[in-house]
Amino acid sequence: MGMDRRQFLKVMGLSTALGLGGKAAWDFFAPGQAEAALKEAPLTEGKKWGMVVDMSKMTDQVLDECIAACHREHNVPDLGNSKEEVKWIWKETYEHTFPEQEHEYSVEKYRHKNFLLICNHCTNPPCCRVCPTKATWKREDGIVMMDQHRCIGCRFCMAACPFGARSFNWGDPRKAPKELNPDFPTNPQYPTRSKGVVEKCTFCAERLAKGKLPACVEAANRMGPNILTFGDLDDPESEVRKLLRSHYTIRRKPELGTGPNVYYIV
Amino acid sequence: MLDKAIKGSQAYWGWLIALVVLMGIGFACYLYQWFEGLRITGMSRDVSWGFYIGQLTYFVGVAASGVMVVLPYYLHDYKAFGRITIMGEFLAVAAIVMCGLFVMVDLGYLPRMLNIMLYPNPKSILFWDMIVLNVYMLLNIIIGWNVLSAERKGVPYQKWIKVLIYISIPWAFSIHTVTAFLYAGLPGRHYWLTAIMAARFLSSAFCSGPALLILLCLIVKKFTKFDPGKEQIRTLGGIVAYAMIINVFFFFLELFTAFYSQIPGHMHPIQYLFVGLEGHNRLAPWMWTAAFFALVALILLIVPATRRRPDVLAVACVAVIISTWIDKGFGLVPGGFIPNPFERVTEYWPTVPEIFISVGIWATGFFILTVLYKVAVSVKEEVAA
Ligand code: SF4
Ligand code: SF4
Repeated sequence: MGMDRRQFLKVMGLSTALGLGGKAAWDFFAPGQAEAALKEAPLTEGKKWGMVVDMSKMTDQVLDECIAACHREHNVPDLGNSKEEVKWIWKETYEHTFPEQEHEYSVEKYRHKNFLLICNHCTNPPCCRVCPTKATWKREDGIVMMDQHRCIGCRFCMAACPFGARSFNWGDPRKAPKELNPDFPTNPQYPTRSKGVVEKCTFCAERLAKGKLPACVEAANRMGPNILTFGDLDDPESEVRKLLRSHYTIRRKPELGTGPNVYYIV
Repeated sequence: MLDKAIKGSQAYWGWLIALVVLMGIGFACYLYQWFEGLRITGMSRDVSWGFYIGQLTYFVGVAASGVMVVLPYYLHDYKAFGRITIMGEFLAVAAIVMCGLFVMVDLGYLPRMLNIMLYPNPKSILFWDMIVLNVYMLLNIIIGWNVLSAERKGVPYQKWIKVLIYISIPWAFSIHTVTAFLYAGLPGRHYWLTAIMAARFLSSAFCSGPALLILLCLIVKKFTKFDPGKEQIRTLGGIVAYAMIINVFFFFLELFTAFYSQIPGHMHPIQYLFVGLEGHNRLAPWMWTAAFFALVALILLIVPATRRRPDVLAVACVAVIISTWIDKGFGLVPGGFIPNPFERVTEYWPTVPEIFISVGIWATGFFILTVLYKVAVSVKEEVAA
C-alpha cells in the first residue's frame, strides 16, 4: 500500500462516513450488486456509532467471551500484572462502574453484577482535545480513533479521560510473557505496537470498514440476541435507537458533558 | 564572557565534577528506561503521571518566580534589585532546562517528539505549554546575557532589551498559568478541577522561587567576593512571607469547598493525601510533613524579628521549599489520579531508577546554574574591582 497507516485510516474513515468504503469494496467483489448489498451491510455508513448494552441479559460468561474476542482480534497481550495492564474492554461491578449512582438500596439484581466497559466514543471527547499531536482524534462517523504510530506517549489523554478507557504500553507488548500468551500475536492482520504509546478501543473501525460488526458484538451475538447492540445513533430506525426508545438506559458520568455513546439498559 | 566559567577554584571544579557524576548515573538509568520502557517507573494505568511531571510543575514555578526580582526593579524602579535581577533570570533559565528534561524523560516515545510541531493541536494545553516555556527561556537567556555584557563593558544595555524585559514580566505569569491549565481543565479529576489552580500555582511559585533565590544569595555571599546585599535579601524575605501566607490561605479555600460541600468526589483525593483511603495512605506522612514545615515557615516569616535575621530566614526558606515541594512536586499529581475513575485506589511510589533519573536532571539544572552564576558573579567582581 502506497500510503502510511494514518492516511489509510483517514481515507477509510472518510469513505466509511460517506458510505463509499463499503460500496467501493462491494463493487469490486460483486459488480452490479452494490446497491442491494449495501442495504444488508449498512455497517460502513453510520454517522454516529454507538452501543447499547442490555444488562438484564449480561452474564460473566458473555463478558469473558467479549473480552477474549476483542483482545485476540487486536493483539492485546495479557501482561499478568495490573500495573502494566493494557485493556480495550473489561468488566467492573455496578458500584464501581457508576460510583456516583450507587446507593444502599440499589436494585439488588445489579449489586455486584459485572458491567461491560469500553471507550464511550464520547460526542465531546476530552482525550482528543488534550492530545498535542492529534494522535487521538474523532472521525466523522463518531469513532474516537487512536494512531499508535503518531502518539508520543505523553499520556495527557489518560489524565483527561474520566472513564479510564485508555491504556499505555509501559513495556514492550511484543515481549509479553510467553506462558500467558502462547500464540501472540493472536491476529497477524492487526499491527502490533511498540512500547511507549497509548491505545484503546476503536469500535473495531477496521472491521466496520469491511462491513463486519465489532468483535465484542459478534462474540456476544454468538451467546444470545441483543446483549450488545451496535448501530447508528443518528438513524431513528436503527436497532440501537429502537432499544433506546423502548428501554430505560443509563450512561456513565453524564454530568461531565463528554456525551458517552455507550448506553446500558438496566 | 563564557571564559569566566573555566577559571575557578578547586571547590568550584569539585562541585561541577560531583554534579557530572550524578548526571552520568541519571543518564545510565535513563538508558535503562529507554530500553525497558516506562515500566521501570512506579507509574501505572491508574496513576499515569508521577514524579517527573511533578518536578516539571515545581520547576516551572521556580522559573516563573524570576519575575519577583525583575518586576520590582523594572516596573517599580526598585533600584536595589538591580544587583540581583541577573540571578533571578539565570535561575529561571536553569529551571526551564530542567522542565524540558523532565518532559522528555516522561515521554513514552521520545523520537516522535517533533510531532507536536508537525501536527500541532492548538486545543491542547500541552502544545501551548511547550511554546510559552521555550519563549520564556529564550527571553531570559537573551536578557540576562545582554544586560550582563553591558554591565561588564560599563555601558547601558540597548533599548530593545528593555522591550523584551517588559514582555518577560507577563510572560512569567503565563508560563505558570498555562501549566496550571494542564491540570485544571480535565473532567473527572476533582483534585485538579479547580478554578483557583493557577492562583495556587503562582502563590506557591512566588514563595518557593524567591526562597531558593535567598539561599543562593547567601551561598554566593559566602563563597565569592560579590555581596548580593542585605536589603535585597530582606526584601526577598518579605516577598516569601506574603506569598507563603497567600499560598496557605488558598489551600484552605480548597479545603472549605471540598469539605463544606461534602461532595464525595471533591473530598476523596484530599482524604487520600492526608488520612488515606480504604487503608491506603502512603502519602499521608509526607503531606503532614509539608503541613508541619508550612507552619514553621509561617511562624518564622511572619515574626519580623526572626524574618530579619539572615540565619533564621535561611531556615524559614528551607522550610518553605520542603513544604511547597512536597505539595506541588509530589502530592499534586497522585492526588489527581487517586482514587481512579472507578473509585478504586492504586497507589503510586517512585522507583529507584525513576529517582536517579530525576536526580540526574536536578544535577544538570544545578550545573547550568553554577556555570551561569559563576559568569555573573565574576563579572560583578570584575566591575566592582
Ligand atoms: S471514553 Fe475516554 S477515551 Fe473514550 S472518547 Fe470518551 S474520553 Fe476519550
Ligand atoms: S499519549 Fe499519545 S494519544 Fe495520548 S495525548 Fe499524548 S500523544 Fe496524544
